[in-house]
Amino acid sequence: MAFSNDQLQRYSRHIILKEVGAKGQRKLLDGKVLIIGAGGLGAPAALYLAAAGIGEIGICDADEVDLSNLQRQVIHSTNDIGKSKVQSAKESMEAINPEIKVNAIHAWVDSANIMKLIEPYDFIIDGTDNFPAKFLINDACAIAGKAFSHAGIIRFQGQLMTYVPGQGPCYRCIFQNPPPPDAVPTCRQAGVIGAMGGVIGSLQAMEAVKFLLGKGSLLTGQLLTYDALKMEFRKIKLPKRESCPVCGANPTILAPIDYDQAVCEVKQ
Amino acid sequence: MDIEIDESVDITNVVCPVTFVKAKVALEELEEGQVLSIRMNDGEPVQNVPRSIKDEGHKILRLLDNKDGTYSLIVRKAGE
Repeated sequence: MAFSNDQLQRYSRHIILKEVGAKGQRKLLDGKVLIIGAGGLGAPAALYLAAAGIGEIGICDADEVDLSNLQRQVIHSTNDIGKSKVQSAKESMEAINPEIKVNAIHAWVDSANIMKLIEPYDFIIDGTDNFPAKFLINDACAIAGKAFSHAGIIRFQGQLMTYVPGQGPCYRCIFQNPPPPDAVPTCRQAGVIGAMGGVIGSLQAMEAVKFLLGKGSLLTGQLLTYDALKMEFRKIKLPKRESCPVCGANPTILAPIDYDQAVCEVKQ
Repeated sequence: MDIEIDESVDITNVVCPVTFVKAKVALEELEEGQVLSIRMNDGEPVQNVPRSIKDEGHKILRLLDNKDGTYSLIVRKAGE
């Protein structure tokens, strides 16, 4: 299908790039990305991916927009307070780019729904704020053979890693089990600089775009850490663990698991 | 003219950078070695579009003055 003049104009800064071109933009328009969490990480990721013309974007969250979200969750506005985050996100994304399809999924991910949720998508973005969800997403993607971007942010720090089946470790290769509930504070308790979500969530969007284009090197086998106070980015090389119970040679985790969340995180 | 044109594209109805973008997209749809005729306005497009196309590695064969304020740039597509 030929590009309209409007599409050529909208995506001109992509198409001009040698690594993208019309073919690459077509790949983006044909791409499907699922963003789990419409918060600090999901907000910038969703905005950039919508603007980039990712043809179908799922955004999954069961929360409503709260005043305390607005310091970092730039996809939501003051007028959206009380509205479901996925509805608010969908409206912002469609306002930027009406030609993409946004699937607003008003739910928490759990072991019962995650396999079905990720199934239609090419790439998954973990924009969640708790360990049970991170392990759930990792295990589901490893089992289903889906590429995904892991990220976490707290205070002035962020981290990021990309999992591609067969290329480097999964999240569980590195962090074998979730910490005990409440052993580690979430950003609700610990705080986070709003721009941290912008930095790390935008890097997640960049990984999704590169994955769909098939260009460049992804952050596989490496954990990128960002310390904003020291203004330091570090890349830590990490091997795949053959004994990993989900992506190793003899997996024992064959279905996603629900872990308990810290009490203050339990959703109503 | 002794050059066989395989495809034509008109970029007189768009402005920079869509001029080059539209020409680039038309070239991407051709096979290596095929020839594209690009009709463009005098002025900025004539100054910039041929240079950008050359930078992509394609071969500029001719620039024909259509005597109506437009030019036709004849380009042979290079391999990827």
